[in-house]
Amino acid sequence: MGRYFRRKLLIYLLTFFVAVTLDWCIPRFMPGNPIDILISRAGLRGSAVQTMYDYYTRVFGLDQPIWKQYLNFWASLFKGDLGISIYLFPTPVSKVIAGAVPYDLFLLIPSTLLSWIIGNNFGAFAARSKQLDNTLLPFSYILSATPYMWLGIILAWAFCIVFRIFPLAGGYSFAMKPNLSFAFIGSLLSHWVLPFLSLFIVQLGGWAIGMRNMIIYELESDYSHYLKTLGSPNRLIRKYAFNNAILPQITGLALKLGEVVAGALATEVVFAYPGIGYLILQAIHNEDYFLLQGCFLFIIIGVLAANFIIDIVYLLVDPRMRAGMQGETA
Amino acid sequence: MRKIVLTALSFMLLLSLALTGCATPTPQVVVQTVEVEKEVIKTQEVQVIVEATPAPSAEAYPRNETLYTTGVQWGPPSNWNPWNGGGYSIGTLGLIYETLFIYDPLADTFSPWLAESGEWIDDTTWQVKLRDGITWTDGKPLTADDVKFTIELADPNGAYKAGLAFQNMWKSLHSIEKVDDLTLVFNFKDNPPYQEVGFYFMYQVPIVPKHLWEGRTAEDITGGANENPVGSGMYMAELMDQDRAVLVRNDNWWGTKVFGKSPAPKYIVDIVVPSNNVGLGLVLQGGIDLDNNFLPGVASLVKGGYGIKTYYPDAPYMIPANTVQLIFNLQKAPMNDINFRKAMAYAINVDDIVQNDYAGLVKAADPTSLMPSWEKYIDQDLVKELGWTYDPEKAKQILADGGYKDVDGDKFLEAPDGSKIDLKITCPSGWTDWMAAIQIISRNAEAIGLKVTPEYPDYGGWLDSLLKGTLDMSIRNEAQLSSTVYSYYMWIFQHPLETIETAQWGNYGRYDNQEAFDLVDQLDQVKVGDDEGIKAITSKLQRITLTDLPTIPLWYNGLWAQTSTKVWTGWPSAAEGDNHYLHATWRGYWNMTAGLMLLDLKLAENP
Repeated sequence: MGRYFRRKLLIYLLTFFVAVTLDWCIPRFMPGNPIDILISRAGLRGSAVQTMYDYYTRVFGLDQPIWKQYLNFWASLFKGDLGISIYLFPTPVSKVIAGAVPYDLFLLIPSTLLSWIIGNNFGAFAARSKQLDNTLLPFSYILSATPYMWLGIILAWAFCIVFRIFPLAGGYSFAMKPNLSFAFIGSLLSHWVLPFLSLFIVQLGGWAIGMRNMIIYELESDYSHYLKTLGSPNRLIRKYAFNNAILPQITGLALKLGEVVAGALATEVVFAYPGIGYLILQAIHNEDYFLLQGCFLFIIIGVLAANFIIDIVYLLVDPRMRAGMQGETA
Repeated sequence: MRKIVLTALSFMLLLSLALTGCATPTPQVVVQTVEVEKEVIKTQEVQVIVEATPAPSAEAYPRNETLYTTGVQWGPPSNWNPWNGGGYSIGTLGLIYETLFIYDPLADTFSPWLAESGEWIDDTTWQVKLRDGITWTDGKPLTADDVKFTIELADPNGAYKAGLAFQNMWKSLHSIEKVDDLTLVFNFKDNPPYQEVGFYFMYQVPIVPKHLWEGRTAEDITGGANENPVGSGMYMAELMDQDRAVLVRNDNWWGTKVFGKSPAPKYIVDIVVPSNNVGLGLVLQGGIDLDNNFLPGVASLVKGGYGIKTYYPDAPYMIPANTVQLIFNLQKAPMNDINFRKAMAYAINVDDIVQNDYAGLVKAADPTSLMPSWEKYIDQDLVKELGWTYDPEKAKQILADGGYKDVDGDKFLEAPDGSKIDLKITCPSGWTDWMAAIQIISRNAEAIGLKVTPEYPDYGGWLDSLLKGTLDMSIRNEAQLSSTVYSYYMWIFQHPLETIETAQWGNYGRYDNQEAFDLVDQLDQVKVGDDEGIKAITSKLQRITLTDLPTIPLWYNGLWAQTSTKVWTGWPSAAEGDNHYLHATWRGYWNMTAGLMLLDLKLAENP
């Protein structure tokens, strides 16, 4: 057991190092220069441009040799300092991200987990029912192929413009000040429903199809037939099939997390919902190295942590893994 | 047990699917298509009331006291620093911090604001008298000391040396003296740049309180967040969050006494709207009162009875705010050939761009590229003599006469020296209206046998190609509505050439003509209001732009503004009886006449 985790931890550390290095490099490969963009937006003229150019270059440490910038980056990263956002100057990146991340977690975790749980159960259920399989499955295919953006626009149009059940934009009512009251929490929730639904529905279709296919495959496998010939009840067979089919779905969940962030980006733009996705878009347009680094760092840590949790979950749900490990130690 | 859970779960799924199914309207509504629109409008009105009633305690900003705006902020607001020109939150300059004068570009007049008067008492001395009784929002009086302190912040030999936008003015400004608490004189060296004095000192430089800014570092002044701004203006900062910034009315504002009125909305909530569909939806719902985003196709909404207004009821709907120009890299062949540029001028079908790309929301530019607000400077005889209109046949003729031939038979022309012409025209990725425009230009060029391919780099890369001069052709529109046509000509003829990269203000094609540069410098030294003097010089400059075509004026980009009359009325418009202020929340517009617009707003009868 210990060896397994040591090995995993080493792999995660290595992945973290490589990912963060890439995260540092890629923004700097972009053509152009963030300071130029900052100055161009500020509308400075004449000698003020040179003064401010030098000043900003110094503030962001961009006057130093590139290897030194890289070392500085790691040094400050360990101190928890992500630098200052160029685009949202003078706000520190950690403050920008801290303001946006709660919205993301609140959106991504429930939509991903709920769609996974419900999708899997529904897929397993549909695999046994001819009628459901024939009617709802094609619908699931359409859902899973739907771009987040498009579904988002449809939802916004239907529920915000036509039926006016949900508000169209913002993290909470524009008439409110953040406070701890039921009205405010209600407002937070009503603004959250549509972004959540657009992520939830698209993911749901995918999980349902995956599970349905897996179950059919498992029900046709030798052990199922063997159980059947032994006269086991159908329920038992289905239970085994489900237990086997869920494993690839767990792996899929780990893989899916990275993709969901991209989906969140589209959703956040469509519903003008605050969050990290929209920040990434703006950071790219403004070549904001530090904000981009910070956002991707959050994603890297999130994906690695989720994978780590899934590794542990695997141990719990797959007896073969446990058996294998015991074999190792024996 | 498991079965029950499963059934419940699948029921939930069905429900969620059914909800998406709801997107299609019920048959009844479909049948009565004409009725639907009316119904929608009715429900809108009801909805506003419904939203306003529940638990009034929870609503910090009641609908009938709040002006909702969008169009200035593209990301989370980050600061209230008036010196952070590209990043400050809504109204920091103009509504919180104020300028000595304000400028009305449509009437070309300055009006006293913090100042009561400003006069040149001799050729190099400008005397400013401040209004009596103005106070900062912390109660301290605003005096000549604050003005002197503000101007001296940027003095390169002063205590702060802050890199502020008007720092260059210190090249000609000798000193600034306080005469008494309300009077100051600005002492200039010989030949003061009158036009820039009018531009910067009269309405661009926000006056900040000395007692709160004293002792800050230059870095904090230019870049600090200035979290609790203390200004003198009609609004105060209230709140900043991820997707909004809020201002609250300053009930002790000096203008209430002077103008006999104060702004009607107690709050201004500025919303960060990242995409057009959201902006459009909010305007239609009456959730936004003033939207300063470019909304393609808004013309049909203005005509459709949705309660949405623009400045003009018909094309071009918007006030022209800047001129979009085709810029050439004049250091590269064949763009350095006047025949090539002239042929392009005749080849581009600007009407096609205006009608099909913008659906009539913009207006084709005059060949001099001077906006309607500068129309009085246009030398019409020159335009008649040297102007051009869309004429591809003539363009082909010019190219043929200039020696352009198709040598290798690929249907594209080669340069007179036989080399292949394969050019790029660029604009930033995501600027969809411009992307469509350069596609049209590319097709127009192809029609006369020139290979010009549109490309859409990221903003950073695109800006870099302009600053470093590596572009072939591009389009750009920096020079905005302003008090001086000098700012426009400085943009065309930025000089000397080696400063173009750091100046970041025009002449990206590196046009080199000492005569033009000297004329621009002379133009700066014409007194504000001396229209004849300005005409004498700009007429020579127009001759140069019309003969040499350093750029080709294409169309006037609009001051995009959509207003909703559901809650607030009294919006500016071209109609007689309405006010003609600028309804823009953009940076640099509150210190024009957008501030006055707020004073004229009225609550609608049934908000």
